[in-house]
Formats: sequence, structure tokens, C-alpha cells
Amino acid sequence: MTSKNKKGLSIVMRAWSFFSSVTLAIVLIAVLALSSIVGTVIEQNAIKARNIQVISTFVGESMAPAAYRLLDALGFMDMYHSWWFLLLLCLLSLNLLVCSFDRLPRIWKLITDPIIPLKENVIRNLSIKREASVTATPEDVSKVVEDVIKAKGFLPNINKEEGGSLQVYGHKGAYSRLGVYVVHASILIIFLGAIIGVIWGFKGGLNLTEGSSSDVAYQYGTGKPIPLGFTIKCSWYETEFYGGSDMPKLFKSELSIHENGKEVLKKWIRVNDPLTYKGITFYQSSFGFNPNPTNSWFVFKVTAPGVTEELVWARKNQTFQIPGTQHSATVLDFSPALATDRQTGQLFTYAESMNNPAVKIQYATEKGVKVGWIWKRYPETGKLDEGISLEFMHYWGSQYTGLQVRKDPGVWLVYLGCILMSLALYVAFFMSHRKIWILVQAAPDNGTSTNILIGASAHKNKHSFQRDVDKMLSSIVTRLGGKD
Amino acid sequence: MESSELFNISTFAYILAMIAYIGYLAFKNKGIGIAATSITVMGFIAQTSAILVRWSESYTQWMHFSPDSSFLLGIARSAPLRNLYESLVFFVWSLIIVYLIIEFAYKNRSLGAFVTPVAGLALAFIEMQGMSKDIAPLVPALQSNWLIAHVLISFFGYGAFAVSYSTANIHLIIASTEKKAASYLFWSFTFSLFIWTLLLMTARTLFMPDLQPAQISSFWFWTMLAYPALLFITWRFGLSLQKPLSFFSLSADMLDEITYKSIAVGFPLLTLGIITGAIWADSAWGTYWSWDPKETWSLITWFVYALYLHSRLMRGWRGKKTAVLSLIGFISVIFTYLGVNLLLSGLHAYGSG
Ligand code: HEM
Repeated sequence: MTSKNKKGLSIVMRAWSFFSSVTLAIVLIAVLALSSIVGTVIEQNAIKARNIQVISTFVGESMAPAAYRLLDALGFMDMYHSWWFLLLLCLLSLNLLVCSFDRLPRIWKLITDPIIPLKENVIRNLSIKREASVTATPEDVSKVVEDVIKAKGFLPNINKEEGGSLQVYGHKGAYSRLGVYVVHASILIIFLGAIIGVIWGFKGGLNLTEGSSSDVAYQYGTGKPIPLGFTIKCSWYETEFYGGSDMPKLFKSELSIHENGKEVLKKWIRVNDPLTYKGITFYQSSFGFNPNPTNSWFVFKVTAPGVTEELVWARKNQTFQIPGTQHSATVLDFSPALATDRQTGQLFTYAESMNNPAVKIQYATEKGVKVGWIWKRYPETGKLDEGISLEFMHYWGSQYTGLQVRKDPGVWLVYLGCILMSLALYVAFFMSHRKIWILVQAAPDNGTSTNILIGASAHKNKHSFQRDVDKMLSSIVTRLGGKD
Repeated sequence: MESSELFNISTFAYILAMIAYIGYLAFKNKGIGIAATSITVMGFIAQTSAILVRWSESYTQWMHFSPDSSFLLGIARSAPLRNLYESLVFFVWSLIIVYLIIEFAYKNRSLGAFVTPVAGLALAFIEMQGMSKDIAPLVPALQSNWLIAHVLISFFGYGAFAVSYSTANIHLIIASTEKKAASYLFWSFTFSLFIWTLLLMTARTLFMPDLQPAQISSFWFWTMLAYPALLFITWRFGLSLQKPLSFFSLSADMLDEITYKSIAVGFPLLTLGIITGAIWADSAWGTYWSWDPKETWSLITWFVYALYLHSRLMRGWRGKKTAVLSLIGFISVIFTYLGVNLLLSGLHAYGSG
């Protein structure tokens, strides 16, 4: 080997030993934690004025603009996407990888090495040690011992030793040593899933007025249209409220997917219940009201003699016939949120969204013409005549649903990583590689009693294994009817 | 009985229990110890009933607005874990149950003097903030089973961390013999902060119940000035706490072990809490992680406890250094839970939850 090669090797070796240390992990995790704090104080991706205000509460008005420029140059205004934060995450991943590969061969050997019988003095030096003596032959004792440790999940091995003594030994949970490695691997899997999502996925938004459709969504940030590969249509949007209050209970939209002019899927979505088609998911995220819609209809449910709940669609200022009657009605006016002033009794519109919609109706019969308001929230206001009522259902076409549109081909990896991590954390903390050796020897002084010597070890949770060993010993002793 | 009466009974019981546990620590009288445990158990029963009564009230409300819900859905949507008030109550409940389990498992009561003040602190905090106790209907984003899993799991985790906080604090009290040692300074700092908050809140509830929200910040400001004095007293006389504690069979090793075990329980729960929170956010908004301050702080907390776990793997770090890390972990828990809502939301534009 030339000296140049040796030098190259030693750099690799040095890098390896640098990245295989837990100290580096501690430093990296600490730096990540500390820098993340800054990102929670400074509002991320906010407009400049807002963060200058935040900063000025710490350094004062006069210093704030300069401090802002400095922090901005360091990437703190969008710090979780800044180059140095990503670098930290890369270093952490490298650290994890190298550290795991550095240790795995040794751990693997610990797992796969067969367990062998031990000398008495070695057993006596193990961290868990118990002794007892019973009146039975060594053969009988070893049968019971085998039974008892088998019941605890050990696969017993038996070694006949000189002088007629027997050693029963076994181990279990060897693979639990891998638990922390799976925890670490799951962190990498989650990172991988996140990276795949960033590269091959997108996040965008789409506002769809009732009755309209689109075959693109608009990427957040850039506003770039992204083709969906199919058409999405919204046929209805509605907010439901709790009782007579303005407290929203439900936001829901009826969406349908169209391909080659055919409807292939239809679903009501709501918050917490999105629609997914071909890897693209549509979430109910907002809504809005357009006071001057181009294509809108008032929808009424009519009850009249001989007519049960027929829907009537009408345009503004267009007179329509009430089914089953000779009467007609006209929508004169609309308010998205109509209330009565307590003091003056005047009507006024109190919100710009459709909280409490009402229509002003002109109702014409042979007896004359009446004008009044019908509220959606109060169906009884739609009672026009004996047996005739016009329930105001919806002002169709005036609202749009705000959809969040996402494609994330990496999300399943993220979830896989989460599941693995949960299981592996359980293994890492609550299971352990447990080994037990039990030496069964005829007592030297008389021929009828047998001494039992137990030595055991666990790579974790020693105390709970200690309790298990005590239980095993007492069940051995009671089954042999002997003394402790 | 009304749920609010039952809540008052439990608050009163926990404060009484705190006094009894401290008395037990001071006089080492077994009778006082048994009384302390009994009062805690009674408080726990009252609180459990209060939670159940509140649950049934919200169930009735939910079924009123959504009469076609199934029984199970109604139970899930009315689970009393829906706002800061209900979650604090649940935090205290899970803390007390975790503590009672440890008391019975380790047959040692001395921890009670450190755990019940945490419970008292949380309940006093509710009064302090004048938090709304109304049973409000659920807004759409909160109507999710993942959210329930998220809150439940997180709070059991917080309960476990609160226990580790208590044991780590006692550990530092026992193990620091030098007033100039960093670990001594650190525990006097966290401990006095803790006592100070407790005193303030008690004072605030007892003597100034009608403070307006606008006055609360000036109340905080003025009382802030009292803190250095308390810090000094804790630092000056803290060593004398060692004496009463030394009468209990509390070894540094045993405390270290309980701290580790509580964190070994809390850490997987925190992890699951973060995961279920991410799943909820994903199903509600299509983003499993958006680096918002609450999420980021829960990640910071996760990092701090990961630091604790890894530092134990290194030689020479067992003992005081790791105990300090576990105290930092719990401060981070508190900040994740309250600081983000109360401090950062004042700084930022979004509302408090
Ligand atoms: C930079 C990266 C990291 C490195 C190099 C690293 C290294 C290690 C090592 C060497 C162990 C001991 C394994 C053994 O006992 O055989 C360990 C344990 C562990 N690690 Fe990491 N780790 C890293 C990051 C993390 C992170 C981010 C977490 C997540 C929170 C984590 C969670 C754990 C857990 C839970 C244990 C078990 C601790 C215990 O048994 O008390 N590690 N890590």
C-alpha cells in the first residue's frame, strides 16, 4: 500500500469514527433543538412588517430592522427550509447511519452467538444470582427447571457435567437488541418519505364555485397551475351551524371526478374526511361567498296541498309558479346574514359569509301581493298561506369551496416509519435479551438434597428480570415441595 | 352533583393532600402519610366522577345537535379533551393516577410532596387564567378520532414526564452538597420557579379573584420582581431540605431509576402523541408536518428527552447531569403545552386555543 493510499484511508477512518460517535449525536440533537426554538419565535414565511414587530419586542424598535436583515440573511425567516437546517438533518442522518453500521456487527454477533454452559464461578459472578436447596434428585430437579423456564419462554439446553451435576441454560429476546436500530432506521425512513414527497409531490389549492370544475390545481407559493390528469367538479358547498348559532358545525362539499366526460367518482368531503383519486387528495380547507355570482339559483322546498316536498330552482327577479297552486313568487333580494336590530327593529346584514341567509320574497295570489323575508335558519318564516310553505334551502352558485390539493407519494413511507418507530420503541424500552444458567448439583454433605444455583443477566431492565427469576425459583421450589 | 362542585372538591383535596404529604415529609409520621394517600385517592375519585359528569353533559349536547349520531360517535365527539381547560383537568387526572401507581409499586410516599404540587399548580393555573369552562360544541376541525387518541396519549406521556420531573428534582436535592455546584444552582432555579408560580396562583385565586384579563399581565410583571428573592431563599436554605429527605429510603440510584423509567414510559407516549397529531393534521389539512410552533415545540421536547436517553448511554453522565436534562425536558413539556398558547400566540397573529 502506498503512503498516499494510507493517508486517504486514514481520512475515511477519521470521518468514520467522527460520525460513529454518540457525542456527535448529542451535539447535533442539541443544536437542532436550540435552533428550532428560534423558528417558533420568529413567524415563518410571514410578511416583513410582522416579524420586525416580533423582533422589536426583543431588541427594541431602533435595532429591529437591522436585526431583521441579519436574521433574514441567515435564513431564519424560513429556517426549516434553510440550507443549514437541512445540512443539520443530513449530518444527523449520516451520524445515524454510520453509528448503526459501526455497531451492528457486534450486536449481530451478540444476537446470533449460541449460548454456552458456564463454569460455576462464572455463574456466581453474574449480575443476578439466586440459590436454593431442595430434597430431590438432580434429574428430577432438572426436569422441573426445564419445564419452568420453558413456560417463561426460554428454549432450554442441558449440559451433563462431571460429578453428575446438570446445567440447564437458555436465552430469549435476543432480537430485542435490534430495537434501537429499528428506531434509528425509522427516523431515516421518515426522512426518506418526506424527501420523496417534496420532490415528486406537490401542495396546492383550488377554489371551486358550485357548479364549476377544473382540471388543474394551483401550487402554493408560485401559483403555477398543475394538471391533475382528470377533472374535478363541485356541485354543492354548505356550512352547517350548531342550532341557531353562528358556530360552525360542518363544512362540506359535494365533489365529483370526471374522466373522458364520464363521472367516475362522487363524494361529500368534509374536514377530516378528504377525497383521494389517483394519488391526489382533496381536503376541505376553506370556503367563500361571492355577493355577485354569474350563474346562481335560489333553491326552495315547496309544501302545498297535494305536493310533497318538491324542489324549485329560481333566478333572482324571475317570477315562478308555486307547484300545486295558482300562486306565484319572486325573489327580490338576498342577504347572506340577515339580522334584526334589537333596538330599532331594522333589518341589517351582519356578516359577509353565508351565516344566516335570507331571501326577500314577493308572493302573489288572487287576493293580492305580500312581501317578506324567509330565513334558511327559521323554516317557519317560509309559511305563506294555509298549507303552503316555501322553505329556503340554498343560494346555489354563490359560494365556492376552498380545497387543499395534495399529492404526496412519500406519505406511506412516513407512516411506515411511524409504525416501525412505535413498535421499535416498545421493544427498545420494555424488552431485553435475557440469559439464564441453572446449575443443579447434588449437595456434597448428604445424598438426598440438591442445590440449585441460578445465574442470569439481561442487557436492560435488570430489575424486572430479577423479579422473574425470583418467580421462577419459587415455582421450582414449590413444585419440588422443598425448602428455600 | 354538578361537575363543577366535584371539580372543586378534587382541587381542594389535592391541595390538602399536598399539605399532608409535606407534613409527612417533615414529621415522618405514618398516620399523616396514610391520610395524605387517602385524601389523594378521594380527590381522584371526585375528579373522575366530575370528568364523567361533564362527559355525559357534553354527550347530551352533542346528541341534541346531531341526533342521528351513533352512541359511540357521540361518546367520542363529547370526550372531555376539547379545550385547554379540559385538557389541563385530564393532565392532572393522569398525573395523579401515574403517581398512585408508583406509590403502590414502590411503597414509597415521599414523592407525593413533589407530585401533588404539580397537580395543585395546574388546577390553580386554570383559576388564574380565568379559562372558559363552558361546554362549547366542537368546531369541524376537532371532530376527529385521531385528535382524541392524540390528546389522550400525549397527556399520559406528560403525566409520566411530570413524575420524572419530581424524582429528578429530589435527586438533585439529595446529590448536590455544594452550593456553588451547577446542579445545585439549576435545581434551586427550577424549584423556586415552581414554588413561586404556585404561590402566585394561590395568592391570585384567594385574594384577587376578580382580576380582568388586561390586568393579569401587569400582575405577572409586578410579582416577577418577587422571584429573585425566592430564588435566593431557595439557594440559601436549599441544603436543609436534604435532612428530611434523608429519612426516607431514597437513594440517588433509585431516583435515577424511577426518572429513567418514567421517561422510558413517557418517551414512547410522546412519540405516539406526535405521530397521532401528525395523522390528524394530515387528514384535516393534508399536511402531516407544517413546523407550526406547537408541533415544533413538541419536537424540541422529543429532542430533549432523546438527549437524556443518549446521554445516559455515555460513561460518566449518569446521575446529576442526566437529572438536569430531565428537568429541562419537563420545562420544555410545559412550554409546549402552555407557553406556545400563552406567550407565542401573543407574539404572533394566530389565536390561542
Ligand atoms: C444522530 C443520530 C443518532 C445516533 C448516532 C444515535 C445513536 C444511538 C446509540 C449508539 C444508541 C445505543 C444503542 C445500544 O444501546 O446498543 C442509541 C439509543 C437510542 N436512540 Fe439513538 N442515536 C441518534 C439519534 C436518535 C434520535 C433522533 C432518536 C429519537 C428520538 C433516538 C432514539 C434512541 C433511543 C430511544 C435509544 C434507546 C435509549 C435507551 O435504551 O435508553 N436516537 N442511539
